[in-house]
Amino acid sequence: METLALPKSFDEFVDARKAGFLKVKEYVENGGHLVGMFCSYTPLELFDAAGVSVVGLCGTSNEPIADAEKVLPKNLCPLIKSSYGFAYTEKCPYTYFCDFIVGETTCDGKKKMFELLNDIKETYVLHLPQSQKRDYAKEIWYQEIKLLKEYMEERYGIEITDEKLREAARKRNELRKTQMELYALQGAVPPAMKATEVMSTLAQGMFNFGVDAQHASYKAKVDAAKEALAGGAKPVDEKAKRILLTGCPSTGVIQKVGMTIENNGGVIVCLDDCGGERTQKMLVDENADDILRAISDRYLEIHCSVMTTNEGRIANTREMCQKYKVDGVVEMVLQACHTFNVESTLMQNMCDDEGIPYMKLETDYSTTDSGQIETRLAAFIEML
Amino acid sequence: MYQVGIDIGSSAAKAAVISEGEVIKTILLDTGFSSRKVADTIYATLEAEGITKENAKYVATGYGRISVPYADDVITEITCHGKGSYFLFGENGTIIDIGGQDTKGISLKNGRVMKFIMNDKCSAGTGKFLEVMTNRLGLTPQELSALARKGKEITISSMCTVFAESEVISLIGKETPREDIAFGVIESVVNKVVSLLAQVPNDQYFLTGGLCEDIYIVERLAKALNAPVKTTPLARFAGAIGAAIAC
Repeated sequence: METLALPKSFDEFVDARKAGFLKVKEYVENGGHLVGMFCSYTPLELFDAAGVSVVGLCGTSNEPIADAEKVLPKNLCPLIKSSYGFAYTEKCPYTYFCDFIVGETTCDGKKKMFELLNDIKETYVLHLPQSQKRDYAKEIWYQEIKLLKEYMEERYGIEITDEKLREAARKRNELRKTQMELYALQGAVPPAMKATEVMSTLAQGMFNFGVDAQHASYKAKVDAAKEALAGGAKPVDEKAKRILLTGCPSTGVIQKVGMTIENNGGVIVCLDDCGGERTQKMLVDENADDILRAISDRYLEIHCSVMTTNEGRIANTREMCQKYKVDGVVEMVLQACHTFNVESTLMQNMCDDEGIPYMKLETDYSTTDSGQIETRLAAFIEML
Repeated sequence: MYQVGIDIGSSAAKAAVISEGEVIKTILLDTGFSSRKVADTIYATLEAEGITKENAKYVATGYGRISVPYADDVITEITCHGKGSYFLFGENGTIIDIGGQDTKGISLKNGRVMKFIMNDKCSAGTGKFLEVMTNRLGLTPQELSALARKGKEITISSMCTVFAESEVISLIGKETPREDIAFGVIESVVNKVVSLLAQVPNDQYFLTGGLCEDIYIVERLAKALNAPVKTTPLARFAGAIGAAIAC
């Protein structure tokens, strides 16, 4: 068994963080392999088929940002700074112990950050087309996925067979269906749970080793909610205003935006960021002849604001507003996220068209604007 | 039954008492260091006049709204300014509330808030900007407006309060007449407010908050917006009146 070194400042860490490091260290020392990823475009089935655990490394905390700003510009998205900062400060066990990191050429900030991240931890970057529109876009993405598959086969000295990919696709689809169940419960009238609980469950679920453990953690939440519902529990006030939360990834603002909505007379009935229904409802065609192509096709269909044009996202949100009987739309834009910020005009136009009140919040992971955010959200909910 | 609205802002605390649909009393105090303390002072002042928990309902609003322990309910200042302005003006329009730490534009239709906009973290275009500049020029707010009326056009280009203050210092250093600087200071606030209001445009505007009795600022806003700006001395209490209505 190989023995791995701990970070230099390990002794200064709080106990929970120490425990996290020791858990991951043990997993890797016992032969477990870990790959870090950032984005819903990452083809997870490839890692499952290779027998490698894949963990989301999106930074959601303000903590390492000051250190990240020693290298990165201040005026950059907090998610990018936080993700880099955790690698730079050696404070995230998953970043620290993973074999390598997979990134995508999504936004400019991320793809340039990956160049610097690569100096700390090997970063493999998938080249994403700028849109799904061109006839050859699917082929580009297929070739990228194939290249990554070959890279992994060589790196780990394995063969990623079609059978393994098909099995992985089947399991991932099951996981997505459970996640959809979670969303349906959360969006029920009245909701079976608060969205902030769902957000926390999803965020924690990402840190499980392997798809089975992740699936089990989501399933447990679904079962618990169903049981509570059957027992007559009504965790959400029936009069709470039904909010759809769209825009940038929201895990880093569960407290500042999510809790604030749910503590001020609102309830988030639809999480419309990249981890939400918009992405999870897309399944891989498990029975396709060419399973690798079915996987690459499924991922390219994701509607992110980095794509031009990106009507699919707005069309999907329109559908979600109706499906979940939404009273108001809150769009959360992380500071310096140009793609979502510019696209917010299209989102607002759609809401105006549907007659649904809309509000955009531009914020970061700090607490400096918590007071203002609370006033804005509370006033918006009072207005509905 | 009395309806008491308490609006604890970042610099001023306001209270309004409504009885049988009329505003029968208003109180204006500096918020000072403690929202809690000023809330207690308001309670004691009203209690001395026979208005107590026994015969009154209380609604709190403003940044200090959570520090009013005796409040029956808490509502944001945006909703309250909407209700209060509808009570005072009774028409559709956009409310301009220039507060101590933020400026809001609130579009009102049939007494309901349709849309609102607030400045970001920055204090440009707020009461704080004016406060810093009047202090720097050694003036009272009334003197600033009186001087500005006589001033010639100069531009203070920095939006940021801190940078604008150093711009003012360099103008002072160059012996620029004080009335010209005063003119530039007020234009800076007016321009910033008008650009914020572009997102909630309307046929007419209502000015609420601490500047409502400043005729010069009302004139400059009306000119820049090219639309009537209505106000009344009671508009300073619009948030408190709205809170009282919400009781």
